[in-house]
Order: sequence, then C-alpha cells, then structure tokens
Amino acid sequence: MLPSLRTLRSLVLPALILAAVIILAQSTARAQGWDAGGSAGGETRIFLDDPAWPGQADDVQSSIILEGDFRWRSEDRRHQLVVVPWARIDSTDDERTHADLREGFYRYIGDTFTLETGLIKVFWGVTESRHLVDIINQTDLVEDSDGEDKLGQPALRLTSQRDWGRLEFFVLPGFRERTFPGRDGRLRGPLPVTEAPLYEHADEERHVDLAARWSHFLGDWDVGLAAFHGTDREPVFTISDSGDSLHPLYRIITQVSADVQLTRGPWLWKGEAIVREGQGDTFGAFSGGLEYTFYGITASGADFGVLAEYHLDGRDSDPAIAPPTAFDNDIFLGGRLALNDINDTAILGGAVIDTENGSTAALIEAERRFGSYIFLELEGRFTLNVDERDALFPVDRDDALTLRLTRHF
Amino acid sequence: MKTVTTNLWRNALLATAAFAAIATPSAIAQDIGLPDWVDSDSERQGYEIAMRSDNSDNGFGDSRVEARMVLRNAAGQETSRELSFQTLERADNTVGDKSVVVFHTPADVEGTALLSHARILEPDDQWLYLPALARVRRISSANKSGPFVGSEFAFEDFTAVELNKYEHNYVSSGDVEIGGETMTVDIVERFPRYENSGYSRQVSYIDQDIYQIRRIEFFDRRGDLLKTLDLADYREYGDGIWRAHVLTMTNRQTGKSTELVYSDYEFGVGLSDNDFVRGVLERQY
Repeated sequence: MLPSLRTLRSLVLPALILAAVIILAQSTARAQGWDAGGSAGGETRIFLDDPAWPGQADDVQSSIILEGDFRWRSEDRRHQLVVVPWARIDSTDDERTHADLREGFYRYIGDTFTLETGLIKVFWGVTESRHLVDIINQTDLVEDSDGEDKLGQPALRLTSQRDWGRLEFFVLPGFRERTFPGRDGRLRGPLPVTEAPLYEHADEERHVDLAARWSHFLGDWDVGLAAFHGTDREPVFTISDSGDSLHPLYRIITQVSADVQLTRGPWLWKGEAIVREGQGDTFGAFSGGLEYTFYGITASGADFGVLAEYHLDGRDSDPAIAPPTAFDNDIFLGGRLALNDINDTAILGGAVIDTENGSTAALIEAERRFGSYIFLELEGRFTLNVDERDALFPVDRDDALTLRLTRHF
Repeated sequence: MKTVTTNLWRNALLATAAFAAIATPSAIAQDIGLPDWVDSDSERQGYEIAMRSDNSDNGFGDSRVEARMVLRNAAGQETSRELSFQTLERADNTVGDKSVVVFHTPADVEGTALLSHARILEPDDQWLYLPALARVRRISSANKSGPFVGSEFAFEDFTAVELNKYEHNYVSSGDVEIGGETMTVDIVERFPRYENSGYSRQVSYIDQDIYQIRRIEFFDRRGDLLKTLDLADYREYGDGIWRAHVLTMTNRQTGKSTELVYSDYEFGVGLSDNDFVRGVLERQY
C-alpha cells in the first residue's frame, strides 16, 4: 500500500533534494569549513500476526530513511553550526512518512558559558530500559515504540561549567506534538491518535516552557537534578466526537527529577526518579537497577553484560487523566553481548515483565558493520502472556521483525 | 534500546603521553628513593632506566593530535579508523592525565567521544558520548585486557604507561635492529602490579641515545610471546619533547597487526580542566 499522493508530493521532493544535497555536499563542503555526512537506509518490518484493529494495514511495512549531517566550526572553535535534516518515506502509514530537522542550531562557546539557540537534542538519564527523567525533546513515537527517537526542540540553552558542577537553563518557546501511528499503522490502540491536539493552556503550542538542570560527578558517583515547567511531552487522550479516533491533550505540568549512577569496577548501579504535578494527583515514579559486565569471555575479547532494572510508577491508570505507561510495576532483565571485533558486532536481548499480571514485552537487537560504510541492524519485538488490562494489550498482536540496512557517507 | 558496544570505545588512549617521553637524563632515582619491591641490583637498575624514560614524559602541558589506525588481518586485508586526541597533562604525580578521544570514522560512529580522567592506583573515570542518542554514559574502566576498537591494542597498552604500575628488572644492554635502524638499547623487563592485566610480563627496549622506548614485547598469562609493539618515527618538539609517530602492534599468535600513525602534535593549545568535563563531549567534531 502506498502513501497518499498528497503525502508523496509533500515529502518525496524534499527527500530527493536532501539526498542530492548529501551527495553533493561530500565533494564541496569540506573545502569551506563544513563537515558533511549523512546516511540513506532501507527498512522492512514484518508483523507476525494479522492486525488487531480496524483499518490497520497488512503485515509488511517498508521504508526509506534519509539523514543529512552538516557541521561547521570557526577557526577558533568558538562558533559552531549543526544542521541535521531527516526524512522517512513509509510504504504503509502516512503518519510515519514524515520529515524533521533533528538538530539545527548555532552554538557559541564562551570562556564561562556556552549558548545554543535553534533546534536542539538533549538527553538526561542513566537507565537503559526506560528514560524516565528525559523530558526536553518530544518523542518521535511513530519511529519506534522504545521512545529513543526524538524531534528537534526549539530552545535557547545556556550552560555554565563550575567547580561544583554544570548548570543548564532552558527556555523552550515552541512545543512539538508527539507523533503517533496513523489509522493504517500498527503498534497503536483500537482508536488512532489522528485528531487535532488539544492544550490545557490558552497559549497552546506557543506556551514557553522552562527547565533547569544541575549535574556533577564526585568520585564514583554521577548525579543530576532537574526541574521542568510547561507542556508535558506525554499527552492524555480524549475520544473525538465521531468516536473513532483520539485527540491528544497536552497538560501543563511541573516535574522535578533526580538521576544517579554509581560506577564501581564492572558494576554500574543506576537510579532515576520523578515527581510530577498536573495530571490528576501529584505522583512519583522510579526506575533503577544495575549492569554487570563479564569481560573477556572469549579469547578474542568479547564481553557479556547483564542488566536488571525495576520500574514503579504511581500515576493514575485512567488514560484521560494521566498518560498511559507500561512501566507501572515492572522488571527488566536483559543481556548484551559485544564481540569487540572490527565490525562492532553486538547483540542485546531482554524483556520487561509486569510483576502484577506477568505481561511481557521482549526484544532482541543485533547489529554489525560491513566494510566501512554499511551498517546492518536486526530487531525483534514480541509480547508474551499479555493481560487484557495491561498497557501492552493494544499492541499484543504487533510482534515484529525489523531489518534495517544503512549506507553512511 | 540502542545496542551500544560501550566497551569498544572505553579507555581513552593516553596517546600523547603513551610511549613518549622527554629526555631528562639528570632525573635519576637516587633523589627520590626506591620503591618497596626493589631488592636487587638488577631491579634497581631496571627501575632507574625506566624512570629516566618515564620522567621525561612530563612538562608538555596540553596537546592535540590526529591519528589514523590501520587494522590488518593475517591475510593483509585492511580497515582504518580516524581519531583525534586532546590531552591535559596531570598537575602532579598524584593524579593522572585527562584526555578526550573523538572518532571520525567509521562514518556510523562519527562524533563518538570518550573522556578519561586517568588515576594512578584507582580505576580511571571514563565517560562515553553517543551522538545517535545525544547521550553521555559513565562507563566502567575495569576491562584492562580487552581489545581497543577491535584493534591489536588492549586498553592497558594505552592506560598502563605509568612507571609505578610495574616492577622493573634490568636484563642486558646491546645493539639491536628495530625498524631497519641499528641502535644501542637497555633491555628492561616489567611486571604489571595492577589487577586484571592480560600480561605476565613485558620486555622493553629503551635506546641509550634519546631514552625512548623503541620496542615492547608482551607475554601472555601463560608466559608465551603474544604481541610486539614497535615505536618509530620519533620527532622532537621544542624543548626535548619526543613523540613516536608510527606505532605498530603485531600479534605473534594470530598474525594480525594494527598500525597507529599520528600527525604532527600541537602543544600548548590552551586547553584547561573545563575542556575535560562530560559536558564538552557533545561538541567534539
């Protein structure tokens, strides 16, 4: 099934221009102080079961993904520009066919502070299976259900490094809506989130959000404390008048968070916690656990790491009051094998298990490089033993295998 | 969750400090006293020769250098990686150097950056930046003998360059040919004192002209010859700061080799402690 003509018109041309720019930039950009790179990838996702919900398309979904990466810095290294355009063209889901400027900002590096302005990408946190405290960027959820793909966030960011830590202040003048699979797409609930967004605040997507963060390390400890006030990145949902789709509703929240890691020998101990006000009763949530690595398990120097994390979330279970989460009371167990070879071959496997009803989301990811420019990834996502009251239930029939081949430039 | 091979990128090459030294022949052990483990003339002599070479490591301040790493398998097939290093010299002997390593190729890891605060007795502090997620991770430095980015260099080959991480023992002196050049060298054995080393001992060849290490032979835990490192193309920067520019590590058991070729070093580029904090990793490209 092909995307609509409208979508094709709106994206194919920019995507072709992006591809042309990436290729042309290779030869010309370096000479003018620009470092140009990028990638073009093909992806096929195969769903192992028939769809659960009306309107969802067939079992194979294919995509083309393009990314450019352009960086410039002044001779004295004080001024930098970063531009990272990105686009996906999807065979099935018009909502998944989309483009973004992942990053596009100017950076000034002063003696006592650093200033960034434009579309930025920021990550906060330490745990592996959930990113609880990470809040600056909106999730590009239609990309992947793991929440690790992010949309570029309009921001003014001021950073100052002191002896007692690093201070960051964020002014976030524009809100990005979360992306969701469309009616044709898999990995959604019975009603697609296709209606216009609603906002609690009259300023809607022009509400200016504020955030601040302090982070530091002392010996084996790395610590971060942060506060955020503004439009939550996670919406709650209300049913449309027609009754066959959902509006996302974005509330104003205030959230404080802490993240801590203790690094000792082959042990990593990690914890993240938030307290959030503004979605029903004020609630707290916690993610934490450990990672232990067995080094040199083969003669060629492979490593095997064991991961265990626990998630607890006190939010309201009504999706009209607080955003739904699959991490309400769950354990993550996983293992990561790194061959430490020239091709960076690695395999990760794991499962998030609900401690109350046993619902399980399992994943396996394998990757390696071929030659200098080709990167291959294989991903499997499976649900097991899903309880019909669990947040996983809507996607219980969406087990999938994904193969992605990327050519880097 | 992205599958990241964290361990591949860990341990900064203290490359500007590694295997390089400033010649200061006057600084000999008698001023400072001998460590506890010295209880024979050959150990004292070995320690003094190693110290003369190591002492000359100090005084460069800060530096920046580009490097190309060429990995070859036994059949001669090649793959290469480009990296750059920034190093801030330790303020005194009680703390280690700070360094940032940035990977420029392969293209899929471009911008990956590694910050290390080396320590003398305790494990190093290390942070890894992954551009795909814009994420900095504090990582373990417990892995000593694992391969560095799939090369024939182990992490400890870069990080365990401090004099006091070994016991030393003088073996002999004589003329040897290394890399087509005949030179007079002192041969000194050294035995790792730190935990988790992959080596039972190393044999270093230190020339009597500029007091630089020209070759190291690495013996595995069983006592068999594992690898040979040749350090060539020594160049002098200003005040007697010597740096090797071609390092060739050959695995004698597998036939694989890795060559590390440095560009010209820049010294005194104005780096400070604030350029070696985790927050700077995201702007290294």
